Amino acid sequence: MSKRLETVFAGVTFKNPVALASGTCGFGKEFNEYFDIQKLGGLCSKGLTLHARGGNDGIRIWETPSGVMNSVGLENPGVEHFINCDLDRMNQLDLVNIVNLGGHSMDDYLEAVKLLNDHPLDLLELNISCPNVKAGGMNFGVKTEMARQVVREIREACKHKLVIKLSPNAEDIVGLAKACEEEGADGVSLTNTFLAMAIDLNKKKPVFNNVYAGLSGPAIKPIALRMVHQVAHAVNIPVMGIGGIATWQDAIEFIMAGATCVQVGTSSFMNPALAVDIIDGMEAYLEKNNISNIQEIRGII
Amino acid sequence: MAKVLENQRITDDFYLMKVEEENNAEMGQFYMLRAWDKYPILSRPISVFDSDGKTVSFLYKIVGQGTEIFKGLEPGDEIKIDGPHGNGFPDANGKIALVGGGVGVAPLYLTAKRLKAANPDAVVDMYLGFSGEPMLVDRYEAVADSVTVNVGGFVTDDIDPTKYDVIMTCGPEIMMKVLYKKCVSVGAAAPLYVSMENRMACGIGACLVCTCKTSGGNKRACKDGPVMLGSEVFGNE
Repeated sequence: MSKRLETVFAGVTFKNPVALASGTCGFGKEFNEYFDIQKLGGLCSKGLTLHARGGNDGIRIWETPSGVMNSVGLENPGVEHFINCDLDRMNQLDLVNIVNLGGHSMDDYLEAVKLLNDHPLDLLELNISCPNVKAGGMNFGVKTEMARQVVREIREACKHKLVIKLSPNAEDIVGLAKACEEEGADGVSLTNTFLAMAIDLNKKKPVFNNVYAGLSGPAIKPIALRMVHQVAHAVNIPVMGIGGIATWQDAIEFIMAGATCVQVGTSSFMNPALAVDIIDGMEAYLEKNNISNIQEIRGII
Repeated sequence: MAKVLENQRITDDFYLMKVEEENNAEMGQFYMLRAWDKYPILSRPISVFDSDGKTVSFLYKIVGQGTEIFKGLEPGDEIKIDGPHGNGFPDANGKIALVGGGVGVAPLYLTAKRLKAANPDAVVDMYLGFSGEPMLVDRYEAVADSVTVNVGGFVTDDIDPTKYDVIMTCGPEIMMKVLYKKCVSVGAAAPLYVSMENRMACGIGACLVCTCKTSGGNKRACKDGPVMLGSEVFGNE
């Protein structure tokens, strides 16, 4: 590989700007049995929480035209188990290790951040699309001022580089991204899944026990692309583009819209090694168009 | 990509597809099948009906968009089959009962065949439940010591679990649960192995959408299963 795809995100060098998105690839172990995940630029861990979570009951995945809805409910082994069992292995890989962290209260976030402070990792991606149990279940990532408060407190406590993963369900995603920047975030990633719904006609009930679930996949790509474009032009911190990327063309679109890196999530379900095809396709596109580094086309739209 | 050798309708919405593929599939394992490029996004997990090392066969039911595409495949067409995945049924000896319901009868064919091949003295009795026309009964009879067919009723009524050393089942979750409760209520000593068919996405144990909450903790149907102990899956209920 040439250096055409080499990208610096918040001071961290990615050999290529493609990472696997949180929740679609575990901690990389199973995917690595399938292909050499060191071909990737980065990998976002399964979303962690302070304590282990068993996740949601009932159906957890449902297909839609060009997409899937999921309601896994942040099933994960907890931060300490992750530190003891997976973090070293992830750090030893030749890729950017992005640890994704969620929380259901400010205290939980802060305690988990403190545990992670004592261990090396490349980027901490903060999932703020979780319900705040102390605010009636309102998602932390919807109201700009609530998100601002979360980022402020975590920024103060966190020694790692901090990327805030934004919810497309935010009341004002541009304003919320600006608030993240003002509070000292090193970058933002967007978008998380779109709140959605499906109904089982035979049972005359919602498909999901939680009624609503998160929509992802190519169905959301044009909307995510628009949001990335708006945010990337409004902030000076780098943006990771996420949302239905399934081809190298999709990835290049996000880069042209202003994303520094991209994440591939749902599309890995088509083929676990799809991200490698995307990387190869991006490289070939740059070579064919005589572009010496991808930054030449970043944000040109 | 693998080549489709046969793809025939058996009865109602059930089809049997034979694919050319070198394999070492074990009884109770499954493949992720895909006969399209990007859409539908998810590959379809289908259990192994039969395998001879050079070909693998799948007995499947048309239930949606994916299986509807499989139905249209003709000999010579290509299909991506990724696997085999999962743990499969354990080896067993003595008196063994295999209990299947609907398309859940599919993995029990190779299971009976392999159990008899490994342990010629084993006795394998099959109990097959169908809501519509029974299918492939002659083939099941050829690999088992006895086959009891139930049409339109409850196949779990037909079995006396106390007669067996081991029981293995695959079918609707409610059927497997009823069988588990029956085993407990009659005080059967036989362990019951259930094959779970939760909806899957990645198929390799990474995405956690097929999680079963068991008394032994969360288990991934695709990687830790699909075969689990009935007592672990239903024991808490």
